[in-house]
Amino acid sequence: MKQFISFVKKEFHHIWRDKRTLFILLGMPIMQILIFGFALTNEVKNAQIAVLDQSNDPATQALRSEMEASRYFEIVQDLHSYNEIDPAFKKGKIKLAVIFPENFAADLDHFNTAQVQLVADASDPNVANTLTNYATAIIMDYQDRITNNRKLPYTIKSEMRMLYNPQLKGAYNFVPGVMAMVLMLVCTLMTAITIVREKELGTMEVMLVSPMQPLKIVVAKAVPYLLLSIVNITSILLLSVFVLEVPINGSLVLLIFESILYTLTCLAFGLFISTKTDSQQTAMFIALTGMFLPTIMLSGFMFPIENMPLPLRVISNIVPAKWFYYIVKEVMIKGLGLAAVWKETLILTGMLLFLLVLSIKSFKIRLA
Amino acid sequence: MRTLRFLLQKEFRQIFRDPSIIRIIFMMPSIQLLILPWAADYEVKNIQLSVVDHDHSQYAQQLVNKITSSGYFRLQDYSGSYTNAMQKVEHDEADLVLEIPAGFEKKLVKENESTLFMAINAINGVKANLGGAYLRSIIQDYNREVRLKWIQLPRFSPELQIDVTSSNWFNPSMNYKYFMVPGILVVLVTMVGSFLASLNIVREKEIGTIEQINVTPVKKYHFILGKLIPFWILGLLILSIGLTIARVAYGILPAGSFSVIYIFAGVYLLAVLGLGLLLSTYTSNQQQAMLLSFFMMMVFILLSGLYTSIDSMPGWAKAITKINPVTYFIEVMRMVVLKGSSLKDISPQIFTLLGFAAVLNTWAVINYKKRS
Repeated sequence: MKQFISFVKKEFHHIWRDKRTLFILLGMPIMQILIFGFALTNEVKNAQIAVLDQSNDPATQALRSEMEASRYFEIVQDLHSYNEIDPAFKKGKIKLAVIFPENFAADLDHFNTAQVQLVADASDPNVANTLTNYATAIIMDYQDRITNNRKLPYTIKSEMRMLYNPQLKGAYNFVPGVMAMVLMLVCTLMTAITIVREKELGTMEVMLVSPMQPLKIVVAKAVPYLLLSIVNITSILLLSVFVLEVPINGSLVLLIFESILYTLTCLAFGLFISTKTDSQQTAMFIALTGMFLPTIMLSGFMFPIENMPLPLRVISNIVPAKWFYYIVKEVMIKGLGLAAVWKETLILTGMLLFLLVLSIKSFKIRLA
Repeated sequence: MRTLRFLLQKEFRQIFRDPSIIRIIFMMPSIQLLILPWAADYEVKNIQLSVVDHDHSQYAQQLVNKITSSGYFRLQDYSGSYTNAMQKVEHDEADLVLEIPAGFEKKLVKENESTLFMAINAINGVKANLGGAYLRSIIQDYNREVRLKWIQLPRFSPELQIDVTSSNWFNPSMNYKYFMVPGILVVLVTMVGSFLASLNIVREKEIGTIEQINVTPVKKYHFILGKLIPFWILGLLILSIGLTIARVAYGILPAGSFSVIYIFAGVYLLAVLGLGLLLSTYTSNQQQAMLLSFFMMMVFILLSGLYTSIDSMPGWAKAITKINPVTYFIEVMRMVVLKGSSLKDISPQIFTLLGFAAVLNTWAVINYKKRS
């Protein structure tokens, strides 16, 4: 036991001495929470648009100022002919062009009907779709206002309730995701690299000839990262509660227990990678492609899993982050107890045991 | 010049001797390009719907049919009660609950007004918002149909009507992959440039072989050029592999010319390699270099407009996107591939990147010391 403690201490010294790495490890979650919390949004707003107004009458001016006033659009360019539309898009600045034909207001007065043309830059189909919808809605609003708003018979009304997140804050979705990502990164990548590093530098040999059991050496490597992860969990939770105002609705103890379970799974995966590789570069790339990308892409936090083709949906089931992400959402946001997540907890535990057995089996005491 | 040739020979041998590096360089981009675009689909569809029908009328049935045939919703099941449906939401089996109250049809016909209740899981705010909006517009549509059945509208509308016609340029089929593939390609090229180059140099530091080079008469700029040129070529190679995959697997043929893409990529790689070089001068072992470049890549990729629109970001984030080389390349790739922009259209971006390249490389060379 004394040996073990002194090994853990040695690892701590390694980490502590390398201030840059330590700084990144502890700063990463904070940075991510801030970027995700304040910079990234799927919402489309302040899109730059251009207007080609061939009529320039009170009606088009009114519509124009409605668009200008909405938070979705920002009119940055006035076009004067159709020929200017294409170059404006090619320069890459505008996302939508609104075209009013000649005699817009006159047509509206005399024939009760007039046309508006919207041209969207569909290189980004989502943005194109959203902007077209917003612009149409603004025009329809305007139309409703100038016609008499009389009450129609046979009306179906609808009442909508937003569950769990009435203000529709993005943070409710990504805090669980960032937790899954950061813990994975710190545990898998770092454990894989530290062990392989000793191999690459040759110091692993020194440790293997010591009276310490090889397995204990590896466990001692993992302990400091487990502690680091707990610090990270704490800072993420504190930030999300006090800065992003995402409440912890369920039991804090359960949440921390699940986080530690997930952390252990990630550590086991890192261990497994380290037994299979012998250069830091390879270890890092395996950790990145095998763990980090699947975590971002297939955990359901960035992109909805149900939109993916079947093979990817099947693969997503072996990504631990998917289950952890689900558990955190259930416990932290929905406030459910262990009864709701016991299945997922079992799956994570199974993964942990599987990875542990696998890495113990392939752990070599001798060097090649 | 001769020295440089020998150094280049050494570098290429080192790179191609390591089978894992080869795998990383050729396999990773292929796999990523083949898989990621399929996963990266933001579009809100496949919303799981649970219906609580207390009415069991013909209208209720028609409404549910109309909703499920819209393509956005998938009917999960009919729940017996609201509580049951809520349990489905708790277990993530349903996203949206639609409750049709008893007497829905009767009330609509007799009292001219009827109300539907909806509850939507809003943890993912965007999905909830759009899903709710879709549902509402479907209900309005249905409402119009019902009205038409009961009232004869005059043939010519006495009301004002503004017709909105919309067209989608550059990607009329609204294929999301056309948007994602060029962006992912940029990320791959960037990873090779900054990651591999900085790791390669730091590795020599960590293992100690840099000492051997330092005691030879090799000049500082020889050494740096010897490291930069192989990765510059590798970057362009990966770009070519990526463009081929985009063509074969996704049928994406750039609307603009290939030469514009390659000219820009050449300039871009100079800047990114400069960044990798700079990182390597500030770190002393591979672990640090990896973490640092990883950290920077993360910030760069998230704040590059690859996934979310830059226009929606707050001012400070926009400022970061301005000093982020990845932003410019993604912008240019999309412009050239989808819109066919010419060299003249992208000249501001080229000059900006030339500036980046000059600053980063000079900084790195000044910071690189031949003694440790």
